[in-house]
Order: sequence, then C-alpha cells, then structure tokens
Amino acid sequence: MPEPVISLVDVGREFPAQPPVRALDGVTLRVDRGDYLAIVGPSGSGKSTLLNVLGLLDRPSSGSYRLDGTETTTLRDGARTRLRGDRIGFVFQAFHLLSHRSVVENVMLAEIYRRQGRRGRRERALAALERVGLGHRTGFPPDRLSGGERQRTAIARALMGEPSLLLCDEPTGNLDSRNTEAVLDLFDELRGQGLTIVVITHEQEVSRRAGRRVRITDGVLVEE
Amino acid sequence: MHVRDLLGESVVGMLARPVRSALTTLGTVLGITTLVITLGVAATAGNQIVGRFDELVATAITVEVPESPQAPLVEWTAIDRLTRLRGVESAAAVAESKDGANVFVRSNDIVDPTRVTTQSLSVLAATTGLPEAARGRMVAGRFYDVGHIRRRDRVAVIGDQAAKMLGVTRLDRAPAIFIGKHAYTVIGILGDLRRERNLSTAVLVPPTVGRQFGLRDVTRVLVNTSLGAAGLITRQAPAALSPGSGDMLQVVAPPSPTRARDKAQDDVNALFLILGLVSLVVGAVGIANVTLVTVMERVPEIGLRRALGAARRHIAAQFLLESTLIGLTGGVIGAALGIVTVVAVSAAKQWTPLLDLRLAVGAPVAGAVVGLLAGLYPALRAARMEPVDALR
Repeated sequence: MPEPVISLVDVGREFPAQPPVRALDGVTLRVDRGDYLAIVGPSGSGKSTLLNVLGLLDRPSSGSYRLDGTETTTLRDGARTRLRGDRIGFVFQAFHLLSHRSVVENVMLAEIYRRQGRRGRRERALAALERVGLGHRTGFPPDRLSGGERQRTAIARALMGEPSLLLCDEPTGNLDSRNTEAVLDLFDELRGQGLTIVVITHEQEVSRRAGRRVRITDGVLVEE
Repeated sequence: MHVRDLLGESVVGMLARPVRSALTTLGTVLGITTLVITLGVAATAGNQIVGRFDELVATAITVEVPESPQAPLVEWTAIDRLTRLRGVESAAAVAESKDGANVFVRSNDIVDPTRVTTQSLSVLAATTGLPEAARGRMVAGRFYDVGHIRRRDRVAVIGDQAAKMLGVTRLDRAPAIFIGKHAYTVIGILGDLRRERNLSTAVLVPPTVGRQFGLRDVTRVLVNTSLGAAGLITRQAPAALSPGSGDMLQVVAPPSPTRARDKAQDDVNALFLILGLVSLVVGAVGIANVTLVTVMERVPEIGLRRALGAARRHIAAQFLLESTLIGLTGGVIGAALGIVTVVAVSAAKQWTPLLDLRLAVGAPVAGAVVGLLAGLYPALRAARMEPVDALR
C-alpha cells in the first residue's frame, strides 16, 4: 500500500486562553494520492486552524502529522519551511498576487526560495500558465485580469515545482458563479492529471464537486 | 535562494514605489552631500592655504643664541660656515641687546620746535647678508659690505619706517644721523621686509661698530633655506654655527607642511562634519520609518513568501537589502552632488580641486551602511512575523 499524502492521527491544537480553546480535537484524516477532498464547516469551526496545520504554517499541540511519509511535528522550523515550499502549493481566497509584477513573474516567484536553478524558470512558469489556460495573458499585470483569471494565475503559481498537495483556502470566495465554475473545472482537470487537492470551503457547490467530503464542527472532524 | 533572486526581489521591491523610495533617499542624500562638500572643500582650501605660505614659512629658520658669560657661543664669522651648507639660500647674524633697544637717534643737531627730530629707535648689528635673510630689498642706496666692517666705517643702514621718522629721503648728499653722540653716514634704506618686519624701524650698523652700543655677541641667526631643506638645515645649523656647544642653541623651525595642512582642515571641518553626521542620522531615521511602514503594508506579501517556502532569513535579507539599496542610492547621489559642488566652488575661487578617491568611494559605502543599520529593526520585525498571522 503506497504512503498517503496526508496522514493525521489524533491531532489536537489548543490556543492558550482562560479556559483553553480547543480548535482541533482528535482529528484523524488520511488523504491518498489523487484524492480530491473538501473540508466544509461553519466559520469558527476550526477550518482555518486545520488548513494552517495541513499547510505546515502552524504546529499541532498533540498528535502526528505525516506529509508524504515525513513526520512533520518533530521537524525544526527551517526544515518545515523547506518542506512547505517543496511539497505544498497554496491557493488563497485573496489570490495574493503581487500587483506590480506581470502574471508570469508572479508565477516565477514560486521558485525563488527553492534550490532549483534559475535556468528555464520562465519556461516552467509559462508551461504552468498553459496548464491553467492562461497562456495568452502572461505579460499582463494582475489588476487587468478578471477574478477567475487571477485565481488561475495563483493556481499556476501553486503548480510550479509539481507539489504533492494543492491546498486551497476558499478558492472561490471572491469569485462570481461563472468564474467559480471555471476554477472548479480546472480542479477537475488537475485531479484527472493525478494531483492531490484539498479544498476548504463553506460553499455547497464547491464541496459537491469534490470526490470526498469531511465536515468539521467545533474542532471535530466527521466523514460525510 | 540565489543571490541574484534576492537582489532582484529587493530592487523590484524598491522600484515598486519609486516616489516613496526617492523621498526616502533624500535624508541620506543631504547628509552625504554635506559630508563630501565639507571634506572636499576643506581639503581643497587647506591645500591652497598651505600653498600660499609654504614658501615663506616653510623655509624660514631662526636660531636663538642664549647669552653666555664666557666666550660667545656663536662667532660673527660662523655665518660663513652656515652659508656654505647645501640648502641654505641666505643667512645673517644679528646682535640685539636691551641697551640697543631704545637709543635716541636724530638726523641733525638743529633744534626745530615744530618737529620731533629725536626718535627712539632700536639699533642692531648685523652681518652683510641681512637684506636677503630678512627677505627685503634696498629701497635706496646699498647695504654695507665686508670692507665697511673691516675698516669699522661709521656707516648705518636704516629701515624705511625709520627713514620716514627721521626725515631721511635722499641719500645722494650722504646724510648723517646721530646715534648718541656720534654721527654715522646713512648709506642705504632697507624696505619691503617680508620677515623680521620690525627691522623697518631699526638702525643697522656693522658688527665692528655695534660694540659701542653693547652689541657684542650674536643673539640671533636668520636662515632661509631652499624649499624642502628646512628639516635638514634645522638639524645641521647648530653644529655649523657653534661646533662646540651646538646643543645650547634654540632652533625655531617651521612647522612641517603636513601638520600645517591638518590644522587648516581641522578648523574648517569640525562644525560641518557634525552637521553632515546629524543629517545622516536624520536620514537613517527616515529610512527606518519608511521601511517599517513598508513592512506593515506588505504583511500579506510576507505571508505569501513564507507560504512559498521563504525562511525567516530570506524575508530579513530582502528588507535589509532594500533599505541598504535605498541608502546606497542616496550615497551615490550625495557623493555626486558633493563632488560637483566641490569642483564648482573650486572653479569659482580659482582653486585646484582636490578630490580624495577614498572620499568618492567611501561616501556611497557610508550611505549603504546607513541604510543597512536603518533597515535592521524593520527587517527583524518582518522576519519575526508568524506566517499564520501574516496570511490572516
């Protein structure tokens, strides 16, 4: 049996307060290669905390998190940062594109903190843009793109360097229905190419398209 | 992370807000410009000042001969030995005494109630080289020579001021002056003195004649050297003048040229240096402020970079390099403005501009250091940010 991409075992995350806030409580989750998983839940349920833990942006208080077979909870800060940069592609609700750079430069940004050489970086970025169907917009500044095109640029950036996991935080939260449709079609397509996708959302339509759904309520994860 | 990537990110970050970056550099530009102008103009002006008095001061040596109860320390003839030294252009021995300082001198015996004919002048004995040694010239007549001295002729040479006071205007009728009871023939008027200007109100007599006024021994020797020989002659003169007891002579040597130059610079610099440093500090505070604001504005970008795999040191390095580049830009502009100003000032004053290469290279470096120091705190703030908080 191959190693799962994500393996959470009894993960808890507490925030110090009076009394302590248990944002995650005994979360156990397994995501295999090629899975398309939607995490749904109302706001304040622990969705963001789970995303931060999955994205190695936050450290769980208890339990074990293995990413691609690597136990991450015991890693030092620098190693976690490197693992995050190499294995995880982030897609944010707010896109997080740098406004004073062209589309292709935004995509190229994904590689500058990796050990990969500079040679061929532009070509790889152009290929990633082709993959999301933005080959005709490469020289544009982001503020001249539609919302859907911006999110596709962000997805192209996340795809650079072939990540093991595409981690999306409300990827359609700022998009209208037509653009939402386009982004979701893209996700289907990427999944068809074998990419592992985890989407955090509170939108019905987004979660319906995913192959698998889990619901989080008050820090407790339930498979649907 | 590749160095070129780091540099590229910093440059793009700086150019993303060009107006803000330009305004931020202003403080550094002002500071560096002030410093470069101060140092440049001071160096240039210092060189000019030294150049002007070099020739006169740097070649003038005075040897003071203390009184000796036994045999005189310096013989009158010793001056010939001194003149023979290579590097000595002119030299003269002078005898002064208290008795000779205030002697009543008059130009004739007629009692004229409308004029003061009797003047109190100082009488000195001197060797024949005096006009050259005092850097003067004979305005009229001639100086006495070896023959006068040997024959003990009663001749005198008077300074141009003394001549005016005594009413001696022409020498063709061989005017006489009375020093004490005796008459002396005035054979020359000494003027245009550039050294020992007090000689212009003095009466000079041959050493063999001076004994009557208590001017027995040499008290002072005036020496002029060729340019650059002052140091050498300063060491050699005592031995030449008084082979037996040269160490008892006091040689007053010109200050060495380098010290004169330092002094001139010190005077001009201090105030403006402080001014320049204050502007630099103000510039640094400006950079620190703006960089901090920039960091706060770019929190989401920092979060994104951390998500893309940037370590804390990458974030710190980027912001540090940005502020350093701003400082460096300010330094380069400031150095250029400063140097242009120095050249302009020199052109206006008809000086030779003196540009220190170290200054031209050092000024931009100083600007960069200012930017680096100013960026430390903002860069640390940016690096300490938790990615979770930055992305929220």
